[in-house]
Amino acid sequence: MDYSLSMEHEILRKSVRDFAENEIKPVARELDEKEEFSYDTMKAMAGLGLFGMFVSEEYGGQGMDYVSYIIATEEIARIDGSHAATIAAGNSLGIGPLYYYGNEEQKKKYLPKACSGETLWAFGLTEPNAGSDAGNTKTNAVLDGDEWVINGSKIFITNGSTDITAGVVALSKTGTRKDGRPELTSIIVEKGTPGFEARTMHGKLMWRGSDTSELYFDDCRVPKENLLGPVGDGFHQMLATLDGGRLSIGAMGLGGAQGAFDMALKYSKERVQFGKPISTFQVNSFKLADMATEIECARLLLYKACWLRDNEQPFGKIAAMGKLYCSEVMGRCVNHAVQLHGGYGLMKEYDIERFYRDHKLLEIGEGTSEVQRIVISRLIDAV
Amino acid sequence: MNILVCLKQVPDTETQIKVAPDSKSIVTDNIKWVMNPYDEYAVEEGLRLKEKFGGEVTIIGVGPTRVTESIRTALAMGADKGILVDDPALTGSDSLGIAKILAAVIKDLDYNLILCGKQGVDDDYGVVGSNLAELLGIPQISIVLKLEVSEDGSTVKAHREVEGGILVIEAPLPALITAQKGLNEPRYASLPGIMKAKKKPLDVKTISDLGLDAGQVGESGAKIKIMQITPPEERGAGKIVEGETPQEKAANLAKLLHEEAKII
Ligand SMILES: Cc1cc2nc3c(=O)[nH]c(=O)nc-3n(C[C@H](O)[C@H](O)[C@H](O)COP(=O)(O)OP(=O)(O)OC[C@H]3O[C@@H](n4cnc5c(N)ncnc54)[C@H](O)[C@@H]3O)c2cc1C
Ligand SMILES: Cc1cc2nc3c(=O)[nH]c(=O)nc-3n(C[C@H](O)[C@H](O)[C@H](O)COP(=O)(O)OP(=O)(O)OC[C@H]3O[C@@H](n4cnc5c(N)ncnc54)[C@H](O)[C@@H]3O)c2cc1C
Repeated sequence: MDYSLSMEHEILRKSVRDFAENEIKPVARELDEKEEFSYDTMKAMAGLGLFGMFVSEEYGGQGMDYVSYIIATEEIARIDGSHAATIAAGNSLGIGPLYYYGNEEQKKKYLPKACSGETLWAFGLTEPNAGSDAGNTKTNAVLDGDEWVINGSKIFITNGSTDITAGVVALSKTGTRKDGRPELTSIIVEKGTPGFEARTMHGKLMWRGSDTSELYFDDCRVPKENLLGPVGDGFHQMLATLDGGRLSIGAMGLGGAQGAFDMALKYSKERVQFGKPISTFQVNSFKLADMATEIECARLLLYKACWLRDNEQPFGKIAAMGKLYCSEVMGRCVNHAVQLHGGYGLMKEYDIERFYRDHKLLEIGEGTSEVQRIVISRLIDAV
Repeated sequence: MNILVCLKQVPDTETQIKVAPDSKSIVTDNIKWVMNPYDEYAVEEGLRLKEKFGGEVTIIGVGPTRVTESIRTALAMGADKGILVDDPALTGSDSLGIAKILAAVIKDLDYNLILCGKQGVDDDYGVVGSNLAELLGIPQISIVLKLEVSEDGSTVKAHREVEGGILVIEAPLPALITAQKGLNEPRYASLPGIMKAKKKPLDVKTISDLGLDAGQVGESGAKIKIMQITPPEERGAGKIVEGETPQEKAANLAKLLHEEAKII
């Protein structure tokens, strides 16, 4: 057994950590407060090479392994959830489906700009009435001559309405399968297509510096070639995309937990009550000990899932476990960390306040914790 | 323009340093090692000059295998090749010993400019650069804040901060410069840079490869000997100066500085 990361992984971690501390940390609180997506930090993240990490160099990517992508996401999340969301969604949900299911022409057309971070792509799956139950997708696409005509709407779509969004892959119902279930197909819709509109959603509890949108398709016509993969492959593509995406949500949980722990350790060693640093009271040092232990377990689980994926072994079960565990570990860590900060932890002047809010999405997005448990239950043959 | 950058690896500045039981060294378990921060400025300056004049940037490090990671980091930032001198006989070298090793590496290289950090943030001696320039017999300008190389690449003008002003010194090339904080803003190792660095050459040399013998370097060749390392005294608690008005507070502060701190 070998638990070591490569030297390149270590260099990557240090570089992304320094970047996050110097370039993102100073602006994260204000962006959160103003509920604003930053094009400046987006450009800086793109410049560092944080888009297209797992895409091969021929399409403008970095040709790195999945562990590298996960370490980078983890390090950004250690400083700010919103920025990590832009990266995780941009890569796993935006770039991923185009890279894995696009034909040569589509990949050449869209990937270089997406990998340089000039453009962002979104993945439109969730609908007002189809969340966990994605099979219930109502957005439908009908072939009319050489064009697909799409009608319907999507909700909560990350990176869907930025100024640099190039388009969206919309999961659409194209018919009914023999077994009576909907036939789902992925269709590329470029921004600016008549009948397609993206509206930014406001009033979020968390990820306030990340772009979330509602998408509307009103007799939206796209060329027949805009199919991503064959008709009817949408459901399978979505499941595979989410398997990979879960690892990046796991990375956000892991990085967020680490960030919360780092803040809590520092604060509790400096904060003196009853004449002593509060970290020296056993009830508090035990909290820190529990956090450190759980973070270590979370990291091992998540990296194992990445290792399986990089070594082309089945990783779906461990990925679901990693997503579930990492996001719940972050939940426990932010709870302890705010507690250790006392009243100050409830104030916006302390970043831990933002971490406490940002955490909640991780138990909901890309499959809720309950859905992860359903997936795991099936994969361990319990049901 | 061929540029050489001498790079040291030091404990991360956030590391909690603990003195080892022998009182002459520090505990190195669990230390995170990083490129000396002043060397980051040296690397960055080298890269900027390369971008302007062309040529190559070569990174030279002395130390154990772990130093490879810092050299690779410099390669990921954009340097072209690396040389590591790694030999058990090096243990215990002082600044002069390190300078001798660097000089032995450099004497066979073709270069116009050597860049060092102004000091290592671990031992804080700040003399390797000067020693090296002396051994090579080339001009040196230390603690440099701004560097200008003439268009024809024959001379260098360096700005140093002195009490109350800036001193501008000119020297013919080849010369050696030591970098001060503020010289530039070092770039991050980008992800594509990290991938490219994997394929860049990094030579590992031993003392005998350089024609040195063990007696000249390491503990036996050292001119200085560490007698003892003690941790700095713990800082006492801060004090809030009392007083109803600013005037009263200032008077109380002056009194404390005079009577307690005894600095005025
Ligand atoms: C900020 C943000 C960004 C997002 N980004 C994207 C994106 O880029 N693309 C995209 O397609 N979607 C995105 N989503 C949507 C996200 O994936 C969904 O919110 C999520 O899948 C849950 O769906 P829902 O909100 O409809 O909740 P529901 O499915 O209505 O679930 C409500 C509750 O019921 C539980 N539940 C549902 N079914 C079961 C069951 N069978 N057994 C037990 N419990 C069950 C759930 O676990 C949950 O607790 C985003 C959401 C948010 C908030
Ligand atoms: C919205 C709000 C309203 C408030 N209203 C009022 C008000 O009206 N009047 C007022 O006077 N105060 C008020 N407070 C202050 C509040 O009572 C304090 O925040 C609270 O007592 C905790 O103190 P602290 O924030 O200094 O945390 P600390 O005392 O520094 O505690 C930090 C952490 O250390 C732990 N800790 C501290 N000492 C020990 C110990 N001996 N053993 C084990 N663990 C320990 C704590 O449990 C906590 O986890 C308010 C605070 C807020 C946020």
